[in-house]
Amino acid sequence: MIQVTNLTKWYGLRKAIDGLNFHAKKGEIVGFLGPNGAGKTTTMRILTAYQPPSEGRAIVAGYDVVEESLEVRRRVGYLPETVPLYMDMTVLEYLDFMASLRRLPNADQCVDEAIQRVNLGDRVESYIGNLSKGMKQRVGLAQAVLHKPEVLILDEPTIGLDPMQVVEVRNFIRELGQDHTVLLSTHILSEAQQLCNRVLIINKGHIVAEDRPENLQARLAGAERITIELAGDSDGAVDVISGVKGVLTVEPMSDGVFEVEITPGQEIRPAIVRALTRAGQDVVEVHSQGVDLEQIFLELTRSDNKSKGKHQLQKKKKE
Amino acid sequence: MRNIWTIAWKEFKLYFGTPIFYMISAMMFLFLGIIFYSNLAQVISSAASSSSSGASQDLPGAVMLGPLLTILLFATPAITMRLVAEENSLGTIELMLTAPVRDSELIIGKWLGGTLFTSVLVGLTWVYPIFLHAITKPNGIDQGPLVSSYLVLLLLVGALVAIGVCVSAPFKNVTAAFFASLMVSLALWVSGLGASALSYSGGTGGTSLFGTILQYMDFTSHFYNTAYAGRLDLKDIVFYASIIVLMLFFATRIVESRRWR
Repeated sequence: MIQVTNLTKWYGLRKAIDGLNFHAKKGEIVGFLGPNGAGKTTTMRILTAYQPPSEGRAIVAGYDVVEESLEVRRRVGYLPETVPLYMDMTVLEYLDFMASLRRLPNADQCVDEAIQRVNLGDRVESYIGNLSKGMKQRVGLAQAVLHKPEVLILDEPTIGLDPMQVVEVRNFIRELGQDHTVLLSTHILSEAQQLCNRVLIINKGHIVAEDRPENLQARLAGAERITIELAGDSDGAVDVISGVKGVLTVEPMSDGVFEVEITPGQEIRPAIVRALTRAGQDVVEVHSQGVDLEQIFLELTRSDNKSKGKHQLQKKKKE
Repeated sequence: MRNIWTIAWKEFKLYFGTPIFYMISAMMFLFLGIIFYSNLAQVISSAASSSSSGASQDLPGAVMLGPLLTILLFATPAITMRLVAEENSLGTIELMLTAPVRDSELIIGKWLGGTLFTSVLVGLTWVYPIFLHAITKPNGIDQGPLVSSYLVLLLLVGALVAIGVCVSAPFKNVTAAFFASLMVSLALWVSGLGASALSYSGGTGGTSLFGTILQYMDFTSHFYNTAYAGRLDLKDIVFYASIIVLMLFFATRIVESRRWR
């Protein structure tokens, strides 16, 4: 559905994205994750045929974004980051206008369906300027799904919404993923983790990682950490914990709290608890920290920056 | 073609949904009404004192067409300022250009919507000639110059709107777009004056190439010299039509420029 090869975009002398390669299959929700300014919006604008790439090629829904841009636009639904709405129109007028621009044969039916899908039924006669931000976001989403596009591109769809609305929009995207290909950008890591089949992590115009969220976790989970909290006097606990097979390091954090690094893939928590109980310690809490996408993200973007920094430093030294 | 009409119709309807354009029309008719009344009073009193009957010949021209033209010079930039600049500031331009719409269709649609709306305003000013016709005894006013004036006026309005669309295309701020379009229209308005100034100072009778170009670019001379006097000249029609085409072409280029920026 989406096939991107060696995509590069220059803005003057600045390279916004640099040789991106990725793909998205039908019915897949792909998350585009990266800090602000990483090149997410630029990539999405290229994929929606708003801007052409400087180099490389992008095929969306079987058509080239440069050579067959009108065909691409017919098959893509797009929700830009700043939801583009005409404030002086009512919801219904706006959707009718978009439907006639897209020349939908059964426009009225499509508009009705879109309104129902995003749950806007009671506000169709309201002026868009009078709607709350969450409602406006829904109108934007209705516009994006109006023509039942093969590919949906959503740029930060939950930004600025309250928690209830975020949950609603996420559920809607999950639903969309069943019969559309969805590419969504976000800088909220938990969102990508919850929604996406596959995550692309982008930093400074490069893709630094691409995999399923759980694989990314496994890849970076070199060691697993657990936290143990003891009640009362915890003297000698370090020795007891270290004595259990599979424990790599033990680090006392605060009074009675220890952080323990263990060999991944082994369940040794019960053994630790037994050993501590035998030694007369009262265990209050044991929990596994796990590695989440947040850590992976920081790790990847940090190492990317570091390696670049090093590279530049070496260059300077040579000069 | 259908896209052009969809966009034009949306723009046209939107004008009636926003208060600022009721303000523009109210101001336009207020000024025109005052000028019409005072000019008419003047014409009647001078006709009474000189007791000549020739005054009815260019009556509509003298009492309202000239002032209407000047009011349009200021009203049109106010009407066109939001056409593209507002899309730029709201970000809806991204929506339009990721929908299956060509850049040129967007621009022509915008122009058509603005021209239709301004033409409706101009059409409403027919109330003055009808009134004049009713009060001019015994035969009413001469209708030839009136019809030719209004026909060319529609082209002139189209050209003013095209200038507004083109000049507002690179702006995000509607106020900036207003002043920029006013400046360009005004420059064309007074270019004839520039030509005469050149001919006085040069003493060559205004035959220099630059002077000729300035004279040709004079926006109102193509109206006053012919249509206003009851003649339709192909040259004037070509002048206004080429301004429309040129301006819409540049506007499309400006919108397209996002591709190589």
